[in-house]
Amino acid sequence: MKKYDKELEKSYDPLLVMEEARRCLLCHDAPCSKECPAKTDPAKFIRSVRFKNFKGAAETIRKNNFLGDVCARVCPTEKYCQKGCSRSGIDRPIEIGLIQKFVTDFEKQTNMKILEKGRNNNMKVCIVGSGPSGLQAAASLSMMGYEVTIIEKHEKAGGYLRYGIPSYRLEEKVLDNDINTLKKDLKVKFIFNTKLGVDVSLAELRKQYDAVILAIGYSKGKMLPMFENNSYVEVATDFLKRVKENKGNIEKIDFCIVIGGGDVAMDVCSTLKMLETKQVIDVIYEDTDELRASNKELQLARELQVNLLCGYKPVKVENNTVIFEHRKLSSQLSVTADKIILAVGQELDLNNLELEVVNNNIKNKKHQIKNNLFATGDVVSEDKTVVYSVKHGKEVAIAVDNYLKGGK
Amino acid sequence: MKSKKDLSVNFLGVKFKNPFCLSSSPVGNCYEMCAKAFELGWGGIVYKTLLKTPSYECSPRYDILTKEDLPWVGFKNMEQLTEHNLEDDLRDITRLKKEYPDGVIIASIMAKTEEDWTEMARLVEQAGADMIELNFSCPQMTDSDLGSAIGQKPEVCKRFCQAVKRGTKLPVIAKMTPNITDMCEPAIASIEGGADAISAINTIKSICNVDLDKKVGLPIVNGKSSISGYSGKAVKPIALRFIQQLRDNERLKDVPISGIGGIETWEDAAEFILLGATTLQITTAIMQYGYRIIDDLCDGLQHYMEEQKVDSLHELVGVANKNIIPAEDLDRDYRVYPEFDYKKCVGCGRCYISCFDGSHQAIEFDLKKRKPTCNKDKCVGCLLCSNVCPVKAISKGEIRFKQGKGENRNTEDIIV
Repeated sequence: MKKYDKELEKSYDPLLVMEEARRCLLCHDAPCSKECPAKTDPAKFIRSVRFKNFKGAAETIRKNNFLGDVCARVCPTEKYCQKGCSRSGIDRPIEIGLIQKFVTDFEKQTNMKILEKGRNNNMKVCIVGSGPSGLQAAASLSMMGYEVTIIEKHEKAGGYLRYGIPSYRLEEKVLDNDINTLKKDLKVKFIFNTKLGVDVSLAELRKQYDAVILAIGYSKGKMLPMFENNSYVEVATDFLKRVKENKGNIEKIDFCIVIGGGDVAMDVCSTLKMLETKQVIDVIYEDTDELRASNKELQLARELQVNLLCGYKPVKVENNTVIFEHRKLSSQLSVTADKIILAVGQELDLNNLELEVVNNNIKNKKHQIKNNLFATGDVVSEDKTVVYSVKHGKEVAIAVDNYLKGGK
Repeated sequence: MKSKKDLSVNFLGVKFKNPFCLSSSPVGNCYEMCAKAFELGWGGIVYKTLLKTPSYECSPRYDILTKEDLPWVGFKNMEQLTEHNLEDDLRDITRLKKEYPDGVIIASIMAKTEEDWTEMARLVEQAGADMIELNFSCPQMTDSDLGSAIGQKPEVCKRFCQAVKRGTKLPVIAKMTPNITDMCEPAIASIEGGADAISAINTIKSICNVDLDKKVGLPIVNGKSSISGYSGKAVKPIALRFIQQLRDNERLKDVPISGIGGIETWEDAAEFILLGATTLQITTAIMQYGYRIIDDLCDGLQHYMEEQKVDSLHELVGVANKNIIPAEDLDRDYRVYPEFDYKKCVGCGRCYISCFDGSHQAIEFDLKKRKPTCNKDKCVGCLLCSNVCPVKAISKGEIRFKQGKGENRNTEDIIV
């Protein structure tokens, strides 16, 4: 029986990690490193493992990607580093995520202290939001010598990593460890339960700090008009947050319809199955050959006997009965369930912030919105994965640094 | 199923049903072990060395060399000779010979004085051994006059062989140590002293690993360690080289050899045979995998005989010796260039890295297409690239004579 609150994925031991590192062809100008958006440099850390330098490998990861331990668990590696793996020409790509997980676990087990705050430059930066991009930006800026404060609306840090990704993919202690590193080694300050625009205004922050970075994420789950004000309907992000906050102890659902085909939908489906929902039907707009969810997520959902129904869209809903129609075929079906969960994407929630929006993102030029106001993460990115948030976190730190050092 | 080739060999007038023997070591330590080995099909057993005073062993006594995730690249062993009383070992030999009359029993012996060598030889003949091997080579004896200390002194080898011959009419093999510059000297001395054959090699003196925290070599015996014998796959090249040198020596060229050192597969076995060994002895592979490896050793060798169209292993013994010649006699007038099989190539660029960092910067690598090519103006034909290629996509290609060296010669006559 798979448990919701325990990470499902196996971990390598030193012998198995060496076996996997030995499979690596140690390429020249390695494709894996070129394909990692966060520039974690897998080619370098795998080579370190191969030459028995686990500590060096841990340094490479942590230095390049503050959330290397999180990425090791949640990154859809087949879309990035493993996509270009030369080993695929022989059999199958190197399990880069698992090697990375071993190395970051090793870092923790041996209590390595890799990062430290740079020499204080007497400048203060405020980051609004503590999701992956905010955390990465905080780490990068602190290493550059900035005094960093993170303002977070929830009572704990991590954003979607904390309140979205299910525990069977990412145990909270992994995140806790990273937050601790930020607090202890990088001297980053956290102010919790503080919402921008409610408890503190943007104008105030911009006055108080030398620069402000909005890392507020795509925090709001999308609602489809026909499902509004329906008591059977819950938005995926709210559901996942509720399950996580209650450590899996929620009301029992016997039959649930999930609508959506991305990783979030898969997380909802697998979570439901792990919480012993008898029947989960996931209705997906895309056809079987267009699925957007990552391999690992899909595989788990299938393993857990989630019923994936591809090519259908909802056309009508009455209470807990939804009518679906196939996009191309003449096929209609009516499903009545105990609950309906919508996993059809998230959206920008600017509340009352007066900012210009282009293509659903905050308008910016290389992360700069205007003067000392910057943005990072989902609100400026096409790709909403964690690894992209890390990439943007690194980039916004450089942009802020350039601005403050150059006075632009 | 089709009948298999006959693996039997005649070594010093004794018939072995196959050339594979346990070498004198922990794997042939008592009746039960040897009986099992015979049951599973081993041709002969060199029973663990008999000595008047049993050995007093340490714990632990082994260590291995690893590479990446691969264990047992090499094996270090600190065990010495028999731990039993002489009478017990002799009784076991008698029993084995009685119960397995077709299995060849070679008694390995060691002694300190000429009188003892003579007596030991007499005793093991009496016990029923088919043959005697003289242990002139154990590198981890606690007595500095014994083991490899003997094999390093040709005149002592000769005296002890003579002493042994006074006590027995059985065929005698002298087992050589590789911990010496020229093995031919003690081998010739042993033959002059009356030995009928040479076995080689015993283990190589070694320190396998050092514990980085405790700062002690491994294995650690109450805080200390010792130099001791190294064996396994890693020593095969050294063993083959010594055997070649024995066969290449005018005075030893017809002396039968029992080959030892890193044999694990039938291919290793065939290499020893081609370089002049008639029987083969194995320990390390048995310690790692058990006596059952005999199945694939025999079967593989039989298939090889089939492929080579020979009916007796004797037809293969020493066939390759003539093709190992002094470095100065090699044909150095041409180069073989690498040929890339782009269907197999996975574009890792390892050939490029090794050629640049370890050879002559002749391989060019197209970063976009991830494709190597060879610049023949720079290539020296070393073929390092082919050795590093993980998918064996680089083979021996075009042959060109060096400038001014190709007159009246045809590249098609070159064997590569």
